Amino acid sequence: MKLENLTFKGGVNVPHYKELTENLPIEKAKEPAIVKIPLHQHTGAPCEAMVKVGDSVKVGQKIGESEAFVSAPVHSSVSGTVKEIMDMPIPTGLTVKCVVIESDGKNELHELVRPKGKLEDLSSEEIIEIIREAGITGMGGASFPTHVKLSPPSDKKIDTVLINGAECEPYLTADHRVMAEEAEKVIFGLKAIMKALGVDRGVIGVEKNKPDAIKALKEASQGEENISIATLKVKYPQGDEKRLINAILGRVVPSGGLPMDVGAVVSNASTTRAIAEAILEGKPLIERVTTVTGNGIKNPKNLLVKIGTPFKDLIEECGGFTEDSPGKIIAGGPMMGISQFSIDVPIIKGSGGILVLSKEEAKPEPIQPCIRCGKCLEVCPVKLQPLYISSYTLKKNFDKAEEYNALDCVECGACSYICPAKRPLVESIRLAKREILAKRKAK
Amino acid sequence: MDSKAMDTSKAKEVALENMLLVTSSPHIRSNESVQRIMLDVIIALAPAIIGSVYFFGLNALKLILISVASSMVFEAIIQKIFNRPITLDDFSAIITGILIAFNLPADAPWWLPVAGSAFAIIVVKQFFGGLGANFMNPALAARAFLLSSWPSHMASFTGTRPDVVATATPLAIMKYGMGPDTAASATVAAATSASEAAGAELPTLWNMFIGSIPGAIGETSTLLLLIGAAYLLIRKVIDWKIPVFYLGTTFIMLVLLGVEAEFLSYHMLGGGLILGAFFMATDYVTTPVTPVGRIIFGIGAGILTALIRVKGGYPEGVSYSILLMNVATPLIEKFTRPRVFGEVKN
Repeated sequence: MKLENLTFKGGVNVPHYKELTENLPIEKAKEPAIVKIPLHQHTGAPCEAMVKVGDSVKVGQKIGESEAFVSAPVHSSVSGTVKEIMDMPIPTGLTVKCVVIESDGKNELHELVRPKGKLEDLSSEEIIEIIREAGITGMGGASFPTHVKLSPPSDKKIDTVLINGAECEPYLTADHRVMAEEAEKVIFGLKAIMKALGVDRGVIGVEKNKPDAIKALKEASQGEENISIATLKVKYPQGDEKRLINAILGRVVPSGGLPMDVGAVVSNASTTRAIAEAILEGKPLIERVTTVTGNGIKNPKNLLVKIGTPFKDLIEECGGFTEDSPGKIIAGGPMMGISQFSIDVPIIKGSGGILVLSKEEAKPEPIQPCIRCGKCLEVCPVKLQPLYISSYTLKKNFDKAEEYNALDCVECGACSYICPAKRPLVESIRLAKREILAKRKAK
Repeated sequence: MDSKAMDTSKAKEVALENMLLVTSSPHIRSNESVQRIMLDVIIALAPAIIGSVYFFGLNALKLILISVASSMVFEAIIQKIFNRPITLDDFSAIITGILIAFNLPADAPWWLPVAGSAFAIIVVKQFFGGLGANFMNPALAARAFLLSSWPSHMASFTGTRPDVVATATPLAIMKYGMGPDTAASATVAAATSASEAAGAELPTLWNMFIGSIPGAIGETSTLLLLIGAAYLLIRKVIDWKIPVFYLGTTFIMLVLLGVEAEFLSYHMLGGGLILGAFFMATDYVTTPVTPVGRIIFGIGAGILTALIRVKGGYPEGVSYSILLMNVATPLIEKFTRPRVFGEVKN
């Protein structure tokens, strides 16, 4: 199997702007005075609070849980006292119930946080249970509970585990630094996933603009016959899991299908590291590496941050804004990230970055008529015709938008990025998807 | 003191919340712009503009300037009347102006480009909604309009500088000067060409390549047009598919229709084929956006061009071929929808 310089069809070359932080080692962020831990930061059912106001909690203590299978528990990232449990806005744009905990600064560990034993001694079921208990969800963006991914129906034969180290979002370097600095943990996590699924092939896909990460992973995987490192061309959206599967395995996930339909399970690099820590240290998902970056921030950094830390604390730690007021604050990267109304929102499991754009960078450009240049078709990784879906949507003709396969859109934003007329292509397709799904639900 | 400090920080926060821009992603955009694309086309046309002045004299320059100016004026006037934003800064009217002039004979009267621009901009472009909404290439529609309205002006080609005498184009010579059916010309234009063509001799292939031949002012120099086309291809402004399939199909069809080998190169280099293939058939607005659609467009235009040239009443068929394919574009797109990644066959 060829594993060098792989890629997929379509896509767009976006300047990666990673130079701000790509060579900065991960720093531990300052202890937050308070954390706001959302009870619903994953795809699936929200958690119920297991603590009440006034309770004292410890680091790693489970504070929210759900009976539902597609859900993931949440844990306290500090030791201290529960101050409030109330609805608050979170970076996804939703308002959800959050547990506000005042830290006592002692960081006392909960007694359940302890090593889970050797990987060789753990069964597949035990590994999946550890991952579920640790509240691990996909840390690349969609926050899908990892234990669900690792429990495919018996008719789906999985033969390969892919680790997504593409990190194709411009500006973000969190996965990059994790792979470069903690390659051993990533390899360990991969081995755990492979064991959980009973699979004997693991491939880590990394874009070629992270040579130090590729080197570290190759060194850490020496002697591991079943694990290989694939280098990927730098192209957006290489990190989309269906693009990753296509580039590395040459397989095509059917429209509306999942990676397991073609025998693959994909896990993000940071998630894989979290799995390793859950087994090695018994540590639930209570912290992650987040890139705080952009020209609007004074000292961009890669920070190891406790889940629940308010954006404001991290912005302050990075020297604050370069201007009196920045143009835009984005949770995530510039292509798919969500712009924020407030900097009081907390870091959640899926927060790969905080991007601050200057006023000048954030200035919207005037929209011109579509000249039908066809560039949106060229870059679309799914081979849609964004210009038509968008124009039908703007005319509120959602049936036509559906006919043009709006639901297949992965919302990568390549079409809007390339559009010379600066038209709101993915923005309107997103709207169409919502309308189409709402209509289907109503039926 | 403390509470006061807190108040100000709170006030600052509220202010920040009102300042932050919140939009749907993506939050960055490429440097691509409509203006830049149009400017690239103008740059690509520049060698042929300079060449036209060299080959046909200052009258060519005069016609180009009149055509560009009138296109811009008509665009501004009609947008003003329609109460729409005036969009001269997208440069699209300039391109239409240049291309209209490129289709004229060098000794055309000054009002011919004015009439052409009026038709192109007002009727074909703005009546249908302006930039991006026209269903035909405005410059080619204008050429067709002028050809049917003032055929004698449109077909009286002059030789290149300095011998400004009415002569026949190579295509006319091939059609009427050589073939046995010289008398079969149906139109005035053809009759004019035919009478001029009788007995005329074909220029050398080298002259055809550099453009020192009779013809419309912008279409004669294959060399200069190809320089511009190369620029557009390198800048990725145009897709190679339409010109390659257009030229390839034209060639194959000419062979199939029995055109003798010695005339094939004259057909490929002569008339508006190169200008049409690289600058008209690649017009975004009036050609398919789908990859397969672009191939079909090129093949269709090629078949039509060869048919009109060899079997039709006119010596030249490029403009009508492209116009016909323009009209077929929505249909072509409908049938060439790309298969979505992972699409499941029902």
